[in-house]
Amino acid sequence: MSFISRGFRGKRRDTASSSRLPPGQYIVTDYPVLSAGPTPRIPLNEWTFVIEGEIDKPRSWNWEEFRKLPTEQVTKDIHCVTKWSKFDTGWTGVSMDKILEGVETAAEYTVQFSYGGYTTNLPLEDLTGGKAWVVYEFDGQPLHPEHGGPARMLVPHLYFWKSAKWIRGIRLVNEDEPGFWETNGYHNYGDPWREQRYWGD
Amino acid sequence: MTVQQSDLKLDGNAIGGLLREIFTMEMTAAEGTCSSCGKVHAVGQVEVYMNAPGVVVRCPACGQVQMRIVKGGGRYWLDLSGIRCLEFSSE
Amino acid sequence: MVQETPRVASLVLEMPDWPGHLAGQHVDVRVTAEDGYQAERSYSIASSPEDSRLAITVERLDDGEVSPYLVGELRIGDKVELRGPIGGYFVWRPADERPLLLVGGGSGVVPLMAMIRHRVAINSKTPTRLLYSSRSQDDIIYRAELERLAARADGLTVAHTLTRMQPAGWDGYARRIDLAMLGEVAWPRHEMPLTFVCGPTPLVESVASLMVDMGYDPPSIKTERFGPTGG
Repeated sequence: MSFISRGFRGKRRDTASSSRLPPGQYIVTDYPVLSAGPTPRIPLNEWTFVIEGEIDKPRSWNWEEFRKLPTEQVTKDIHCVTKWSKFDTGWTGVSMDKILEGVETAAEYTVQFSYGGYTTNLPLEDLTGGKAWVVYEFDGQPLHPEHGGPARMLVPHLYFWKSAKWIRGIRLVNEDEPGFWETNGYHNYGDPWREQRYWGD
Repeated sequence: MTVQQSDLKLDGNAIGGLLREIFTMEMTAAEGTCSSCGKVHAVGQVEVYMNAPGVVVRCPACGQVQMRIVKGGGRYWLDLSGIRCLEFSSE
Repeated sequence: MVQETPRVASLVLEMPDWPGHLAGQHVDVRVTAEDGYQAERSYSIASSPEDSRLAITVERLDDGEVSPYLVGELRIGDKVELRGPIGGYFVWRPADERPLLLVGGGSGVVPLMAMIRHRVAINSKTPTRLLYSSRSQDDIIYRAELERLAARADGLTVAHTLTRMQPAGWDGYARRIDLAMLGEVAWPRHEMPLTFVCGPTPLVESVASLMVDMGYDPPSIKTERFGPTGG
């Protein structure tokens, strides 16, 4: 049984209730680095991004081609399942709607896969309709490798583990395939507003 | 692709307390065989990443994920599939 | 509470029902805020198993969460919740008679100090060398005690290296630990030494791989990494 540590407050932590703060979260102003393995360093001339799986024909871009796609600047709140939220993060990238333009698929599910081996799964409908981007700039600067650079996913309406760092591609699949954390306790969908952290939440 | 060795990497000594919660005994001297490369390492030697939604343990020889440990909502989830065999003292 | 350096303090704890520990083990300290928020960190035990009270040595990390509380807020008489002792890999048992090489960086010296204190407390004659890397002379933890113990000339020698700033007249090393330094300090291979390395991850990995390059048997080199998650 724990007792109160007199005088301990923690390095916190603004939990002031706000309609922008999902339940159980607190606000940070820095940008914590989370890491499940060594940070991959991907030279831009070796970087590719692919859409594959259940698709009429796979699509692939190298860095130069990818940077020619129309870009968007978005400002979003992000919510990490480790309980920090960061408001008004600014990103530059390409909308998934643009990336999937003209793709014909019957698949209803997707798997993001990364340099370094990370995976995370999502229904396809959570990547479309202005809800997801492949981003390569944070606050106007090239995305630092420790935050997922050269490019990462941004799916801000879900917990941030659903936004893969060091994104290498997206596989369209007919059957849902739970990813790295989803197979070991974390919720399959991960809606922060319904506090879907763990299995069964 | 090259890989940067991050300062966020610790070793198995750092999860001795967590493993004791789960196994109810001291585990850092236990020896695990990597299911990917077959090398044997003491739990104290393995690579540990803790700044993540869960604890990720990797083989120091080949980098393969050996264990994933998630603790939350009153439960543990433990994936040992990256370790073929774990040997530890019964004393 | 003993202030060891400007950034480092030792907490001395009365431990009813303490089961005893081995030199090199750590404890997990848990602190709880009034609103139920909890944080937990690991700290190495600094005291010898023979000491009646348990000492842990804590480095205050400026952006840390638990260490500023332990070093700055805690008062005599406060209770601390901890579990342990923890660890069975990075431990020294005196029955092991191999010569000891202890290599520490910064607060990585703490579990090595427990081994040194244990060695003194039981009057062990195990030949022991400590190579200790600090940023500056002011950052050396346990400096006076190490000096006193080395002066006993009972088989313990202490070599310091200061990586950032050296006082005038400094006669120790003045660089990061490298091959040449280990060549001078380490026991010859044929003496089959046992080596403990503890410190920040880059130092530990560099020293361990240099030792392997020098031909020391990898299982005889035990390592423990300290990281910024220790805040």
